[in-house]
Amino acid sequence: MILTIAGRELRSLFLSPLAWAVLAVVQALCAYFFLLYLDLYLQLAPRLAAVVDGPGVTGIVVAPLFSTAAIVLLLVVPLLTMRLVSEERQKQTLPLLLSAPVSMTDIVLGKFVGVFAFVSLMLALIALMPLSLLAGGELDLGLWAAGVLGMVLIVASFCSIGLLMSTLTAQPVVAAIGSFGVLLLLWVLNIAGDSGNELFAYLSLLSHYQPLLRGLVDTADIAYYLIIIVTCLILSVRRLHADRLQP
Amino acid sequence: MSHDILIKVETLSRVYGSRRAVDDIGFELRRGEVLGFLGPNGAGKSTTMRMITGNLAPSGGRITINGIDLLDRPREAKAQLGFLPEQPPLYREFTVDEYLDYCARLRRIARPRRHAARDSAKQRCGLGQVGERLIGNLSKGYQQRVGIAQAIIHNPAVVVLDEPTVGLDPNQIREIRALIRELGDEHGVILSTHILPEVQATCDRVQIINNGRLVLSDDLDALARHSRSSSLILRLGQRPDAGMLEAVPGVEAVQELDHGRWRIHHAPDESPAAALAERAVQQGWVLLELTPEQRSLEEVFVDITAGDDMAPGTPEAA
Repeated sequence: MILTIAGRELRSLFLSPLAWAVLAVVQALCAYFFLLYLDLYLQLAPRLAAVVDGPGVTGIVVAPLFSTAAIVLLLVVPLLTMRLVSEERQKQTLPLLLSAPVSMTDIVLGKFVGVFAFVSLMLALIALMPLSLLAGGELDLGLWAAGVLGMVLIVASFCSIGLLMSTLTAQPVVAAIGSFGVLLLLWVLNIAGDSGNELFAYLSLLSHYQPLLRGLVDTADIAYYLIIIVTCLILSVRRLHADRLQP
Repeated sequence: MSHDILIKVETLSRVYGSRRAVDDIGFELRRGEVLGFLGPNGAGKSTTMRMITGNLAPSGGRITINGIDLLDRPREAKAQLGFLPEQPPLYREFTVDEYLDYCARLRRIARPRRHAARDSAKQRCGLGQVGERLIGNLSKGYQQRVGIAQAIIHNPAVVVLDEPTVGLDPNQIREIRALIRELGDEHGVILSTHILPEVQATCDRVQIINNGRLVLSDDLDALARHSRSSSLILRLGQRPDAGMLEAVPGVEAVQELDHGRWRIHHAPDESPAAALAERAVQQGWVLLELTPEQRSLEEVFVDITAGDDMAPGTPEAA
């Protein structure tokens, strides 16, 4: 049932020009950044060869690419998640789901899986870019895999936050702005953290992403993202229940 | 089989803030019955329907669908339901076929039967020709039919339709009404409307809801008796003396209309028509017309719902 709803979500996305435009823009931007970092590496390569245990191509191309991709996706994911529930409210199509024999959890998970499947497509294309370097050299695939894992986790939390925002309103644009606000806040919290506030630094989405890009897979970082995702999904389910109970 | 109870609603109520939108409503729906839900705007029709279909949690009461409690086992109960809300829940970017396939999957119709279910729903709603077209490009009437197709695709025991003929042209209204009658043969149908002839054309039983309360629940025949005549129209070629008309046994009051017509008031079920005809012949009044005046359902409706503390035009509850 979750897959049925996810399939509908995915189909609706592909039937709208928005999804195609997002795919194209993200792909073009990330390809440009990839070339930029690759160029940087080629400039540095002669000097790096002299350094013992210096950073390789993976460290100089892949990690910054994935880091930049996450920022691009932060800007783009709210546009994809905004319509998940709010549009159904606005167009009054929610009764179709509510009077069907499916639970609220099915609905929320279906929507999350649907939009995440779409975003995963973008992630796959981004993750494949550096693999093209295998044609002419060697990559640290462990580092690459840790980066991909980090990207999947951080983008999944973007999606869950966007979904939660979408359940709170009947206006897709409001949902998008709300998600932007929350995501940017969680992103830049580490600036406050830099000035000494440990808690803010810990809460920042970014501070848990960087270790993964360096190849450090820590269960605490993974748990941080999973907790964000699960919390947002539970709150979304509760929000949909509250619709039925409206006082 | 023809008498099993499909919906049983007991002491159902819904409170919005301090307003009781639905107050202690109870009724039953049997298989093969079309139940008309009638009431002025804001009476609580839509709220009641949304509660029956699980879209809105009731503040109190019990809803049983085909023997399954909707609040305790929502998933099983909803499997027996088809619902067309006031605004059909359509995805405009889908084609009719895609949309109905999605609905069939959502309703847990097994894969091998899905195609047949879709085709039969399309055929019943007259959608055979438009399967490939985008829902957003269809006319309002066709969209409404897609909405109904969505509600019956899984062959549910109960079909709930909220104002299914709003915004349709007269031909479409006639077709949709015929479809509702047809659905009423095997399913139980609940239909809400504020169009009175619709009730007379399609329903077996009528419930009038006003101000959140059930004020009348009767089958249509009983309602016809309720609306039985208590006056006659009499047209005579010669103008008689009003006193002589009043003297006819059974006549309570006489009122002169234009062109030699009279309205004769009498007690219900005691028509003085025979006596009047006899007298007219005796006196040589030249009897031209003698017809009972039927009270329409509309008058009954106004009688029941008017004079209440609720002013017309109160915003719709849902």
